[in-house]
Amino acid sequence: MLDRFEIHEHDVLVIGAGGAGLRAAIEASANGVSVGLVCKSLLGKAHTVMAEGGIAAALANVDKEDSWQTHFTDTMFGGKYINNFKMAELHAKEAPERVHELEHWGAVFDRTNEGKILQRAFGGHKYKRLSHVGDRTGLEMIRTLQDKGVHMGIDVYMECTVTKLLKDGDRISGAFGYWRETGKFVIFKAKSVVLATGGMGKMYKITSNSWEYTADGQALAYNAGAELIDCEFIQFHPTGMIWPPGVSGILVTEAVRGEGGTLTNNKGERFMERYDPKLMDLSTRDVVARAIYTENKEGRGSVHGGAYLDISHKGADYVKKKLPSMYHQFKDLADVDITKGPMEVGPTCHYSMGGVRVEAETAMSCVPGLFAAGEVAGGMHGANRLGGNSLSDLVVFGRRAGLYASEFAKKNSQAKINEKEIESSEKEVISFFENSGENPYAVHMDLQDLMQANVGIFRTENDIQKAINGLSKLKEKAKKVKIEGSRMYNPGWHMAYDLQNMIMYSEAIARSAIQRKESRGAHSRIDYPDPNPDDATWTSLIKLGTNGEMVVGKAPVIPMSKELKEVLKNDEGRVSKYSNLLK
Amino acid sequence: MASPYRMKNAKFKVYRGNASEGQEVEYTVPVEEGMVVLDAIHYIQKNQAPDLAVRWNCKAAKCGSCSAEVNGKPKLMCKSRLDDFNLDEEINVRPMKSFPIIKDLACDVSWNYEVNKKIKPFTPKENTNWIMKQRDVDRVQEFRKCIECFACQNVCHVIRDHDLKPKFAGPRFFVRVAGLEMHPLDAADRLSDLKNDMGIGFCNITKCCTEVCPEDIHITDNAIIPLKERIVDKYYDPFKMIFRKIFGMQ
Ligand SMILES: Cc1cc2nc3c(=O)[nH]c(=O)nc-3n(C[C@H](O)[C@H](O)[C@H](O)COP(=O)(O)OP(=O)(O)OC[C@H]3O[C@@H](n4cnc5c(N)ncnc54)[C@H](O)[C@@H]3O)c2cc1C
Ligand code: SF4
Ligand code: SF4
Ligand code: FES
Repeated sequence: MLDRFEIHEHDVLVIGAGGAGLRAAIEASANGVSVGLVCKSLLGKAHTVMAEGGIAAALANVDKEDSWQTHFTDTMFGGKYINNFKMAELHAKEAPERVHELEHWGAVFDRTNEGKILQRAFGGHKYKRLSHVGDRTGLEMIRTLQDKGVHMGIDVYMECTVTKLLKDGDRISGAFGYWRETGKFVIFKAKSVVLATGGMGKMYKITSNSWEYTADGQALAYNAGAELIDCEFIQFHPTGMIWPPGVSGILVTEAVRGEGGTLTNNKGERFMERYDPKLMDLSTRDVVARAIYTENKEGRGSVHGGAYLDISHKGADYVKKKLPSMYHQFKDLADVDITKGPMEVGPTCHYSMGGVRVEAETAMSCVPGLFAAGEVAGGMHGANRLGGNSLSDLVVFGRRAGLYASEFAKKNSQAKINEKEIESSEKEVISFFENSGENPYAVHMDLQDLMQANVGIFRTENDIQKAINGLSKLKEKAKKVKIEGSRMYNPGWHMAYDLQNMIMYSEAIARSAIQRKESRGAHSRIDYPDPNPDDATWTSLIKLGTNGEMVVGKAPVIPMSKELKEVLKNDEGRVSKYSNLLK
Repeated sequence: MASPYRMKNAKFKVYRGNASEGQEVEYTVPVEEGMVVLDAIHYIQKNQAPDLAVRWNCKAAKCGSCSAEVNGKPKLMCKSRLDDFNLDEEINVRPMKSFPIIKDLACDVSWNYEVNKKIKPFTPKENTNWIMKQRDVDRVQEFRKCIECFACQNVCHVIRDHDLKPKFAGPRFFVRVAGLEMHPLDAADRLSDLKNDMGIGFCNITKCCTEVCPEDIHITDNAIIPLKERIVDKYYDPFKMIFRKIFGMQ
């Protein structure tokens, strides 16, 4: 029966070719196993390419006092102490080595006067810590990894969407998907699989994320029996473009503030003074996003409902050198010259802290042979991610996932492909052509309206419940959406499938959000405005129930080692507001 | 702010079809302030033609996915503002001409990925301390801005009119090689590859590539011409050749 399918076989299959997937593939390949790398877009176009501001690592090239301990402390404060401590520790310790490695593979970062890698300030980082290339750091990173990867004999399958992870009993055995170009199906057999599919922001109306971010990896893992954690924590980046309408949501890098940009309201006040007098404009993202939202609610917003962000005092030459893509973005898309006057900015859905629950050292999920790294994995960033900590996360845990997935593949044989699973996967994806329901784009817009209005920056029990009710109706509609045209390169059909994943993850967000009756990091409850230190001991846990229902629970935050507690001691004042871990 | 555009419509003619057959189909799109061609294509997709194939990712000129020919000119659709067009006339949108069409606006650019594979990777000098001054990497950073939109490949007559693809790597990859050759710490030599396999000699410096580069990379002046000069120095300069013979240098 399988004969009618195109089949590829590898020791390790990596799904996703952003920073995490590429780094994983390189490591696995270097470890001597055969590697397949699948991605929905063309190679080099993953979200990682859009990252602007920089990659965080305590190199101490600019501020000599910096150390992994300070980076760890900042990351934990940013995440409000429910991060997986072990991940935050490994990340802080290994990031510098990974950045140097990128340089050794050909990346060309901006330089200090002595000729070392330059680092800039960013929100929530105590020291100047972000290595960067102007405001196109992600491009530098993905191109470096891509060019390294193509010489390692990795087989790349571009414009191929995975719709199901295949299992033999408990164990992973491969993946099933379709070619976007032809609509034909393809089976990948593998001894282990690394998920590196990135984020999920497309269920929100205003987002910095592209069409790819439909929570595919989160849904693939969930449907394969893996656990998701921290789904309530969605980062709304404080500075997205808001005008003109076509560009709303597009990111304005935090590097603008890192380089000295200031936020003001319609009265010309530097309003961050009232929300975080110490860190001001470089406060953590959750705080700045809420501040802009509140200024608007109280009538002090900018013309189009945001805030003003001004960097023009730095002079035209400086701005064009350090923020060239921001300069062009505003000039070309909004007719605003940021060397002469302020930009208008407002919050945009940006990043998902939650995701697949993994073991810190190996990046393996609870499904044997299934690994996850990058934005699709949860735990590292806790309740709120610091800027720059994602790019470093990608290479630190991408490498680990690739290493341990290849070790797993060496120790285990190929598990069987279950023909029934293939048949049902095929039916699931094709079924849409026989439907007579709504246009998938219309259902998608309904979903975006629902999530934006009810599970956004500020949340209440009532609103979240509204979302949960709405989602169950949308789920039915989404099953029935009607597809026009053939299977060849048909975005409407692709959307029909993506919708199922977005709705699944939206439900995970809402159910986790209603469970957390406190405010912590990116999760702000109007009905429970304060953090409760007692709630720092658990993270939300979502998994698939035996009858196909979504099960919501809690997982304990792993206990912190003595050494790490010592590190946090210097920061006791801030810790105790959110957590009892030092008591 | 009252918008002067609110009531206006724009007429588009979009290529619909595959490599063997297709036609331009007319669509009408209501115009909003600040709208770009890609917004219009998305509007058509949402409301009139859900199966219209188009590539895009960033919508901010950072990923190089959305290249197409708008009124016959290679453009990033996400960067092409409608207010730069005369909206009394139809706007024509077609896939890039130099690559085989897959469907509608998506074409097969896989050849470019094959070319890239053949380029000798970055090879650091031994025992370097990794110190590089900013002024020594400025030029390399210019080349590394490339977002692989392939507009330069599309417009270069060696590819577009003469289809010398197997023998010619194209401006995008001259830029890439220049980024490696001018890297202060790179030790590999790609000049013979450039001359032989990559066919840099076919380039007659028309500068069409530079004109369309959305990243403003000075492809011809900063990458191609210096590379050509290095080749001349190496292979054709008699003094240098004798010098090489006497001292046994490569
Ligand atoms: C505009 C912007 C700016 C940012 N700036 C910064 C910054 O300065 N610093 C920082 O640290 N972070 C930044 N971030 C965040 C960071 O860029 C992302 O979190 C990170 O790049 C995600 O990388 P990844 O490898 O996990 O996934 P991605 O790079 O998103 O790659 C995901 C891959 O998975 C593939 N994929 C997805 N679903 C499927 C499927 N079903 N089948 C097959 N393949 C699939 C995709 O095609 C893609 O190749 C920014 C994010 C954005 C949007
Ligand atoms: S300058 Fe050379 S590479 Fe560029 S378009 Fe002209 S012939 Fe092609
Ligand atoms: S060099 Fe310029 S035109 Fe050519 S692919 Fe790169 S960005 Fe596009
Ligand atoms: S969508 Fe990325 S360049 Fe146009």
